Amino acid sequence: MSNLSEKIREANAKGRKAVIPYLPAGFPGLTEFWDVIKELDAAGADVIEIGVPFSDPVADGPTVEQACLESLELGVTLKWILEELPKHRAGIKAGIVLMGYLNPFLQYGLEKLAKDAAAAGVGGLIIPDVPYEEAQEMKEILGAQGIDFIYLVGLNTPPERLKMYASNASGYVYLVSVMGITGARTSLPKEIGDKIIEVKEAFDVPLALGFGIKTPDQLEAFGDKLDGAVIGSALIDHIRGGGSAKEFLSPWV
Amino acid sequence: MKKGYFGDFGGRFSPELLMPPLLEVEDAYKTIVKSKPFLTEFGRILTEYVGRSTPLTFCPNLSRELGFNLYLKREDLAHTGAHKINNTIGQALLAKHMGKKTLLAETGAGQHGVATATAAAYLGLNCIVYMGATDVKRQAHNVRRMQLLGAEVRPVESGTKTLKDAINAAFRFWISEQADTHYCFGTAAGPHPFPALVRDFQSVVGHEARQQSVEQFGTLPDLLVACVGGGSNAIGLFHAFMDDRDVRMVGVEAAGSGEPGCYHSMAICKGTPGVFHGARTQLLQTEDGQIEPSHSIAPGLDYPGVGPEHAWLDASGRAEYVSVNDAQALNAFQSLCRHEGIIPALESSHAVAYVLEYKDDIPAGSKVIVNLSGRGDKDMGIIEEYLG
Repeated sequence: MSNLSEKIREANAKGRKAVIPYLPAGFPGLTEFWDVIKELDAAGADVIEIGVPFSDPVADGPTVEQACLESLELGVTLKWILEELPKHRAGIKAGIVLMGYLNPFLQYGLEKLAKDAAAAGVGGLIIPDVPYEEAQEMKEILGAQGIDFIYLVGLNTPPERLKMYASNASGYVYLVSVMGITGARTSLPKEIGDKIIEVKEAFDVPLALGFGIKTPDQLEAFGDKLDGAVIGSALIDHIRGGGSAKEFLSPWV
Repeated sequence: MKKGYFGDFGGRFSPELLMPPLLEVEDAYKTIVKSKPFLTEFGRILTEYVGRSTPLTFCPNLSRELGFNLYLKREDLAHTGAHKINNTIGQALLAKHMGKKTLLAETGAGQHGVATATAAAYLGLNCIVYMGATDVKRQAHNVRRMQLLGAEVRPVESGTKTLKDAINAAFRFWISEQADTHYCFGTAAGPHPFPALVRDFQSVVGHEARQQSVEQFGTLPDLLVACVGGGSNAIGLFHAFMDDRDVRMVGVEAAGSGEPGCYHSMAICKGTPGVFHGARTQLLQTEDGQIEPSHSIAPGLDYPGVGPEHAWLDASGRAEYVSVNDAQALNAFQSLCRHEGIIPALESSHAVAYVLEYKDDIPAGSKVIVNLSGRGDKDMGIIEEYLG
């Protein structure tokens, strides 16, 4: 079982959903970022998604976009992330995932990325603009270094495409909860309950729900059908407002 | 060639949430667009409404000066004043056949926005147009035209506030409204099938030019020249001549001010391969893969990428890509106005500039077709700013 799957299953074994915070690298500052990551880990995060900032984030809402643009202005690059991460990784128990758009990964070089990411202790990659059809070569290169390529599926992913994704999923499957972009919402669409059941039945890997997740009570209705939740914009807003990572995670763990 | 690819370029790099609508468009492209009834209806509208065929106009005065025969393919005379209408009529008709209620578009110069709003009004569809806030200001006249045609224009304040940001915003909107909305992509770029779909709708330009060449001067042209931003007018002209190996094809990119370190729009001449807006193509980017801002005096060329088929035509050597700067485009603009009584769009002025600037590379007596992709009325504000 992949390290990421294991982390999520461990949380489930404790009777709770895995908590997967997302934070753009370099936010809220180059040094503070690593402090927040360590704090999230200490507060019980099971997997941490580190955002790789991109100038043109098509699937992101204003909160994530703004944080990413600020990171870019601070000079954050994939190279910086992969150089800094090993210096901080040793003390972090949580699984680490990089999430970002394809072009920065591509320019880094996929073979070099796989090698350097593995050496830095990265367990998986999420690339929203790479659908199944374009993912296979990349998945192989990353897989050779033990890195999971984590698929995203949505409310509108039809059964035949779910089956395709399920055929070689690894790490976890990320279900996008809304037909829209990232950003905290107070309520989720009604049809998400049925989709969670459908995705859960199709996949062997754990199921995490993301986009629009703000509070744990949004997820209560889904019981053990859901294995984990990704929280991004709400965390960014909380930190921007001066809150601590520990405070943020306490209702979740 | 791999499905959806032109050599190493193209593909479909889109969020999974956009895959169902993209597959729906691909399916409609294969079944509806290729069907005889659709093509008949499309052809009828192009004739009766758009005003096709557009003429191939000989330029006697410039030809005399240049020493070769210069012809203009007059897309400026198509309804709404640019080639953009060919594609939007095609996609609006497709949207109707697909049962969609709304046409979504992005626009830089405003020509695609106006053309989409026009097609939507003609075919009874709603229309929403995203436009960078900078472009809203510099193309205020076109914004008003879109509004008169019933479209809702939504200014985009993020990023560089130009075309690329308008495309980002349109994709975001399409994710949430895909059930009723067709994204009428404005150029032969983006994820598969848009590069091929837009090319096919624009290829009417080249097919007409090919036939008119034979009728008017008895042979095929020696050289085709067209400006390239995303590249839809150029690929529309080139496509019908692809197998005519003796016909040279030149795409002209915008070099901006031409000063060292200036922003420009030379995605092929100065860019590198990468993935942006759903396709692998030539891009203006940093070595870390961030998209760099672009610039051109012509808003329609102000885009940091290019359609993937052009990237392939460049890589394979079938077409050549060059650049001219803002001043050269302005000079060509004035030349065409004064010598031939035609006011070209600043985009098209780049293509005209190539034949003026590189006239010594063109053998005497050659037959040269420049695609006059649009008319210059929309650019009067910019012209006044630069020329007084």
